[in-house]
Amino acid sequence: MLAFIIRRLAQSVLVMLFVALIAFIVFRYVGDPITAMVGVETRLEDQEIMRERLGLNDPVIVQFLRFIGNAMRGEFGISYRLQQPVTELILSRLPATLELAFASATIALVFGLVLGVYTALRPRSFGSAIIMAASLVGVSLPTFLIGIALIYIFAVELGWFPSFGRGQVVDLGSWRTGLLTESGIRSIILPAITLSLFQLTLIMRLVRAEMLEVLRTEYIRFAKARGLTQRAINFGHALKNTLVPVITITGLQLGSVIAFAIVTETVFQWPGVGSLFIVSVQVVDVPVMAAYLMFIALVFVLINLIVDILYYVVDPRLRVDGGGAGK
Amino acid sequence: MTEPLLSVRNLAVEFPTRHGILTAVQDISFDIMPGEVLGMVGESGAGKSMTGAAIIGLIEPPGRIARGEIWLRDQRIDNLPPEKMRKIRGRHIGMIFQDPLTSLNPLYRISDQLIETIRTHLPVSRDEARKRAVKLLDDVGIPDASRRIDDYPHQFSGGMRQRVVIALALCAGPELVIADEPTTALDVSVQAQIIEVMKELCAEHGAAIMLVTHDMGVIAEAADRVAVMYAGRLAEIGPVRDVIKDARHPYSQGLMGAIPRLGESLERLVHIPGSMPRLNAVPPGCPFNPRCPKVFDKCRTHRPATSEIEPGRRAACWLYPGVTEA
Ligand SMILES: Nc1ncnc2c1ncn2[C@@H]1O[C@H](COP(=O)(O)OP(=O)(O)OP(=O)(O)O)[C@@H](O)[C@H]1O
Ligand code: SF4
Ligand SMILES: [Mg+2]
Repeated sequence: MLAFIIRRLAQSVLVMLFVALIAFIVFRYVGDPITAMVGVETRLEDQEIMRERLGLNDPVIVQFLRFIGNAMRGEFGISYRLQQPVTELILSRLPATLELAFASATIALVFGLVLGVYTALRPRSFGSAIIMAASLVGVSLPTFLIGIALIYIFAVELGWFPSFGRGQVVDLGSWRTGLLTESGIRSIILPAITLSLFQLTLIMRLVRAEMLEVLRTEYIRFAKARGLTQRAINFGHALKNTLVPVITITGLQLGSVIAFAIVTETVFQWPGVGSLFIVSVQVVDVPVMAAYLMFIALVFVLINLIVDILYYVVDPRLRVDGGGAGK
Repeated sequence: MTEPLLSVRNLAVEFPTRHGILTAVQDISFDIMPGEVLGMVGESGAGKSMTGAAIIGLIEPPGRIARGEIWLRDQRIDNLPPEKMRKIRGRHIGMIFQDPLTSLNPLYRISDQLIETIRTHLPVSRDEARKRAVKLLDDVGIPDASRRIDDYPHQFSGGMRQRVVIALALCAGPELVIADEPTTALDVSVQAQIIEVMKELCAEHGAAIMLVTHDMGVIAEAADRVAVMYAGRLAEIGPVRDVIKDARHPYSQGLMGAIPRLGESLERLVHIPGSMPRLNAVPPGCPFNPRCPKVFDKCRTHRPATSEIEPGRRAACWLYPGVTEA
């Protein structure tokens, strides 16, 4: 177990280093940091002095190491646009994104599981046919279209939910949450649904496919031959085995929920990290872009790690505790 | 005379397909007495597994029992509602599958699988169920059963797993166990032991066995009576010693002429030229007629029914008087 975790940790570090390299290249070579910082009016000699002072004339490798060192301390420099430390900026936007991601992941997981199991257990029913057809629409429609459609129907026409923003937020120290006020809850519903739909259909189709597969296995047949109840077979034996592969994919999907939030946040003007990134790209706010890259990579790597460990916990075959005359 | 435990009457199993209806099992009748071991042999595709599946009510749709009846003592079980049939599976009829590597749920401890099965059928506490389970594992020859019971299937070898499967099939005390090639997937070195354990334990519990196998050696060793299947039909059935010594149906004569030693597969030793017809190409008359060394005219036009040829023995062959047309 320990060796396994250490190996996975080492892999994670490698991945992060690679992403850091890309982020560094973006940071260092997209545009000129000095011109971006001081504008074109500054005298060339002054620019040269700054260049020297910021270490931009050092060998690339030194600069890269310095970049990593700073990144590890959470330092990504100052946003060109807002003149604020990038880390501070991202941290202030993070709660909005995480709450949105959490809400939509919950929706995707719950509905994906329920619908997936339902369609697997009743493959020939009318309900399943409708769900499967709808899920095709779900995967093929682009997120922004779904978002706009939802806004049109539920915000503009019906007026049930606000069309943009986060509603009223409550300050909990370093975390500003929108989940404690009614307007906050109402505000999160449409963007959360929008963001969840794609993952929901994916999870649903995955659960369905896995479950159908499991239901055909010999151990399910043997369970039936022992007269176990339909419930015990479907929701015990079959579901448990279905969940093993589903956990991996679903976990990884969580990462993409955060990454995909960019579009949804833009459509709903959600004040999260994603919309911060879009604005930063528009004005070439390079430090923010680099930091965002690192942040998304970190999210993916962390989730990956957790998923692997979970996988390990769920599936006894991966554990190497032996226990007698194993095969 | 004692009542039969199981009675199969004129059973037919069909599969609707795009090219018409396939009849996998046709007009099969036989009884199994309490505690008896009925061997069942026949080439691959003869319908042995399908017969077993029909008895325990696990034919995969679109396959279905098209005709016939199955009786468990005085209860007809082929047309029971699903929930009633479920209560019979495990409790009255158990089943042992071929491959112990795939028939155990990999994510459940052995203890959980056993206790769950016991408590599904019997009103006992978890503790009692566990005691019963440990005892069973001990009986099937799992060393250190009280500790090993909490292991997962992957922690056992193939032979040990099949012992666990046997324990699972027997744990709710069924009167009949259908064992579908219980040793085919196992290492030759453990096959005999597994058959031995199964037979002994069933005898101890008073359970009858329907033992499907390709292994004539196993039949000779373990069975009381033997049924020979050919192309979905019963070619011959009778006491195992009589059939081995003096088979009546030319197909069984071919089989018995080459009884291998324990562990050797029947398939390779069948010295009857030709192969069994596909289900959609069974010839008219006797299904065996293209391969039969004793074929004569009537065989090509009239189909023999499996009929009594002497007390306790039945065969489907025109060579014997008293055989009727199917
Ligand atoms: N789903 C299905 N659709 C159509 N035919 C099927 C289906 N399943 C089985 N069959 C046919 O039913 C016949 C009987 O199969 P069965 O499994 O009972 O044979 P068997 O005697 O057990 O053979 P084996 O020794 O290979 O296990 C076979 O010819 C097979 O082709
Ligand atoms: S009925 Fe004829 S063809 Fe069939 S087994 Fe008997 S002799 Fe052979
Ligand atoms: Mg078979």
